[in-house]
Amino acid sequence: MKVTIEVNGRSTVEEVEDRTLLVHYLRDTLGLTATNVGCDTTSCGACTVLLDGESVKSCTVLAAQADGHRVTTVEGLTGEGGELHPVQRAFSNQHGLQCGFCTPGMIMASVSILAENPKPTRQEVREALEGNLCRCTGYHNIVSAVMEASGQEVDG
Amino acid sequence: MIPVGFSYRRASTVDEAVGLLGEYGDEGKLLAGGHSLLPLMKLRLAAPEVLVDIAPLADLRYVRTDGDTVAIGALSRYHDLHHDEVLRQHAPLLAHVAGAIGDPQVRHRGTIGGSLAHADAAADLPAALLASDGVLVAQGPGGRREIPAGEFFLDPFTTALQPDELLVEIRVPGQDGVGWAFEKFTRRSIDWAIVGVAVLGQSVGLINMAGTPIRATRVEEALAGGANPAEAAELAAEGTSPPDEPHASAAYRQHLARVLTGRALERAAGRVPAGL
Ligand SMILES: Cc1cc2nc3c(=O)[nH]c(=O)nc-3n(C[C@H](O)[C@H](O)[C@H](O)COP(=O)(O)OP(=O)(O)OC[C@H]3O[C@@H](n4cnc5c(N)ncnc54)[C@H](O)[C@@H]3O)c2cc1C
Ligand code: FES
Ligand code: FES
Repeated sequence: MKVTIEVNGRSTVEEVEDRTLLVHYLRDTLGLTATNVGCDTTSCGACTVLLDGESVKSCTVLAAQADGHRVTTVEGLTGEGGELHPVQRAFSNQHGLQCGFCTPGMIMASVSILAENPKPTRQEVREALEGNLCRCTGYHNIVSAVMEASGQEVDG
Repeated sequence: MIPVGFSYRRASTVDEAVGLLGEYGDEGKLLAGGHSLLPLMKLRLAAPEVLVDIAPLADLRYVRTDGDTVAIGALSRYHDLHHDEVLRQHAPLLAHVAGAIGDPQVRHRGTIGGSLAHADAAADLPAALLASDGVLVAQGPGGRREIPAGEFFLDPFTTALQPDELLVEIRVPGQDGVGWAFEKFTRRSIDWAIVGVAVLGQSVGLINMAGTPIRATRVEEALAGGANPAEAAELAAEGTSPPDEPHASAAYRQHLARVLTGRALERAAGRVPAGL
């Protein structure tokens, strides 16, 4: 089938198999490889992207379901001149990553959290990141990064 | 993991969806949020030949009151329901339970109709709907019919829906001022309940204590007969047949059912109405 999906502000039109998963559309069809596949079973959140501004796990969405909709990946957060998005900058400042595998998904989930709740508490951030697993950091600095990105005291 | 090949169809009206189901018969399956169906297809535990996507039916995404009844469109997503002011006010148990499912990403996709039609005994909304004395409205080629929640869940993953019927609406009596509580015991926050309990007034729904969601009828009878919550909760495991698995034996689940029912009844009795 033919799908038309707005990805990172650009309209993409491609012929895909009906069974194509959104994450494969992004990685294999468009070559946007920042979005990772971790568990492939809707658990780890590494594949999180925004669909119409809301976080979703792209390993569990068909490209066909995104047809006519808007998708944002971590590549789409960076500005024209390469300047980082506030959430990206905060992950860097707070050392919110180690191996980096979970990071694209963590950042997209965080962008979605802040869109819904611009001034969360540390506890709210922890709860809202329940769908994203990190095997390295122990989460502490990830929570700090989201707090910094929200313009609040990082404390803790 | 990639599903077996299928062809994707999109329905833009309920009639069109019913027509496509009739056309494809056993080979066709509805796709709503896809958060039960797609994982099963990726594991190749399900391999429908045709998927009929009903997510575009935006007119089935609503919550409204109809006299003393709250009506919920079947395509409403958990995230919509958890934040819906009308639902929070008039059916706070359901608004709360919708916010306890999975994680934010799952709640942005999963629908109440999909959860009920999937009929997993480990799922949260089916038991909450039982405790709420809900009614499911199905539409098929012959028009609409209403199915009480108590007659909807027949067997594991099996409901009273006909293959060419679509769930369009869920209705519950208004819960204003009725005490409620929801207790869900999980190993990790995004897991399904090992055991869960939904209480509304003196109605008690149990998650994962049989092959289908069930009412704790012995508890309800005891409460009606004047027992206090602690006495009634002792009966929560009577007549249940929970799964017996290495990480949670049947006896352990029966113990959990008693403890969680006790907590839920106490909480429901003291809960400020409409508080979330
Ligand atoms: C990581 C993860 C965690 C989860 N955790 C929980 C949890 O804690 N608690 C919980 O309850 N659930 C949980 N779920 C399941 C989730 O709630 C699913 O969204 C739900 O079971 C199915 O709803 P859906 O809209 O995604 O349906 P789909 O997957 O699209 O469909 C499910 C089934 O219902 C049928 N169907 C869908 N809509 C209709 C309709 N309107 N009429 C008739 N048939 C229909 C489909 O044909 C299919 O057979 C989890 C899922 C994931 C991936
Ligand atoms: S790869 Fe999608 S949730 Fe893990
Ligand atoms: S930084 Fe390695 S998994 Fe999160």
